Amino acid sequence: MKRKILLGAAALMMTSGVLMAQETLRLITWKGYVPAELKAKFEKETGIKLKITYSNNEEMIAKLRATRGGGFDLAQPSQDRISFVQKKFPIYQPIDYAKVNTAQLIPSMLEAVKKNSAVDGKGYAVPMCYGTTGLVVNKKEVEGKPDWSDLWNPKYAGKISYRLKRPLLIGAAFGMGKDPFALYGDKAAYQALIEEVTKKLIETKKMVKNYWTSGDTQKANMTNGGVAIESGWDGIGWQLHKANADIDFVAPKSGALGWIDTYAIPKKSKNIEGAYKFINFMLKPENAAVFTNKEGYGTASAGAEKFYKAEIKDNFARSFSKADIDNIKWHPPVPAGFEEIESKALERIKAAN
Amino acid sequence: MDGNKKAFYFLFIPVALWLFILIILPHIDLFLSSFKPNSGEDVYTLENYSAFFADPIYWRTFINTASYAIGVTLLAFVVSFPIAFYLVKVISPKVSGFLMLLLLIPLWIGELVTIYGWVILLGEQGVINESLKFLGLIDHSLPLIYNNLSMTIGLLYMSMLFMIIPIMTTMESLDDAMIEAASDLGASKWTVFRRIVIPHAMPGIINGSIIVFMLVIGDYVAPNILGGKSSLWFTEQIYNQFLSTFNWNQGAAFGFLLLIISSATIWMALRLSGQKLDKVGD
Repeated sequence: MKRKILLGAAALMMTSGVLMAQETLRLITWKGYVPAELKAKFEKETGIKLKITYSNNEEMIAKLRATRGGGFDLAQPSQDRISFVQKKFPIYQPIDYAKVNTAQLIPSMLEAVKKNSAVDGKGYAVPMCYGTTGLVVNKKEVEGKPDWSDLWNPKYAGKISYRLKRPLLIGAAFGMGKDPFALYGDKAAYQALIEEVTKKLIETKKMVKNYWTSGDTQKANMTNGGVAIESGWDGIGWQLHKANADIDFVAPKSGALGWIDTYAIPKKSKNIEGAYKFINFMLKPENAAVFTNKEGYGTASAGAEKFYKAEIKDNFARSFSKADIDNIKWHPPVPAGFEEIESKALERIKAAN
Repeated sequence: MDGNKKAFYFLFIPVALWLFILIILPHIDLFLSSFKPNSGEDVYTLENYSAFFADPIYWRTFINTASYAIGVTLLAFVVSFPIAFYLVKVISPKVSGFLMLLLLIPLWIGELVTIYGWVILLGEQGVINESLKFLGLIDHSLPLIYNNLSMTIGLLYMSMLFMIIPIMTTMESLDDAMIEAASDLGASKWTVFRRIVIPHAMPGIINGSIIVFMLVIGDYVAPNILGGKSSLWFTEQIYNQFLSTFNWNQGAAFGFLLLIISSATIWMALRLSGQKLDKVGD
């Protein structure tokens, strides 16, 4: 029955495909990942029309799962959310790295992503960009180098905010002096740690002003929400810094959390060649730099730095010392079943008074 | 006659197909999957349903949500009844037609946009706070948004109309002479209201309450956008099951529990208030 519905949907999609003679590439990605300038350039260079759908990790997986890997020709999941999904609901196809212009990629990042996205020895993703989750602070109110534990520092009571999602649980665990990533192999120990973190966050909930939910609310908190310290993404923190020099992104003492967003090809992609063309186009140093200059996030493209604007270089230099870079905790692939533990913990925190 | 029949089928079949393929089939599919374990094994089990009762986080959230929905329904009645009465009995039909149009406009815009409208109004640097500051009445922004108050306002705003219209419809059939007769016989305004107007409007009130309760308990947008750090809504838990935990079977079970328990709540409310559902359609 489910199959029938899918067949119907597929038939509809095919007819619409026939109607459009022009070659298209259907991309599901994050907001801001295809600057208008690059979209126009790509369409002009290749004659392929881009159809973009904006999404996030959870929705991307749900959508591709519903269509069993159809409906899109290229997706952009985070590298830690690929292998466990692929094992359970095969929605992607392995990457043919021979078709990727790997010479223009940072080798260590490519290797890490290949390894982390691997299922049965085959890599499923190509790195596109990276960034970190850390703290965004107002330096007028927060002195010294803050840590994750400052998210429950009584000194800032009423001026604290964070996004109640899994990176927060991880960051809070680091703030409590633990290493959650080391427990990825031991589900019971991980569960115990998450329970400890949950307890802490419920106890200190009264100090929290609100939970932000999007980049926009994260910004509003700092600009006019009276928040002194919040969890946040580096790109957003730097955008805030540009408008108000008191506000900045800081790598927490116990380490910022590093994420890498990738390109992965859905199983039923109808334009595999176009997908590789797009990947190679976006990671060309001069194109990758356009993205970084606009959004602030680092790129996996080697040699893009020389096209960076001065302020971008400043951002990295200001927020990350050499030690901070070495201390970035890169998200390892999430083991199966962990999201259930975390999701329940997050609901408990939200439901608590 | 024959032509009429043809026209009937011509119009009926697309609707029936639409309902069957897009509404009924997915529901059957969802219903079946709510009895399957997340592991993907092809067996039937009740574990998705028992999970709801086993963990207090789920049923407590549900009770919270349901009590809130009942509260909002009562509030909607309190706010809507005078409006409906005013529109039908006090002002001329011409003016009331225009006012009705004003009431309908938020519906055209869509819930998401109207809710964001409230964000603009209530925000820390929103219209209300900035005006009060400009007038010198306050120094610091009042915490108007991201709490249960702002959530209630949003829920009330998007559901009020569905209370007003059924009440207006029943009120229209109330003969003014009844009210006059009651007054002539010495009834006070309050007595007229309690013994004549309310009983007459009862089917409309019940009808409106059912719609408002269902809308509020199943809403996702207002609690998420206007709610605060403690306003966890049951719909959000369903969303989480589908999107964060990837446990569609559990999510499906929660969805059906929401349907069953909220229907049961309505049935109980009707019994307790001595109303019958079949009267509602009158």
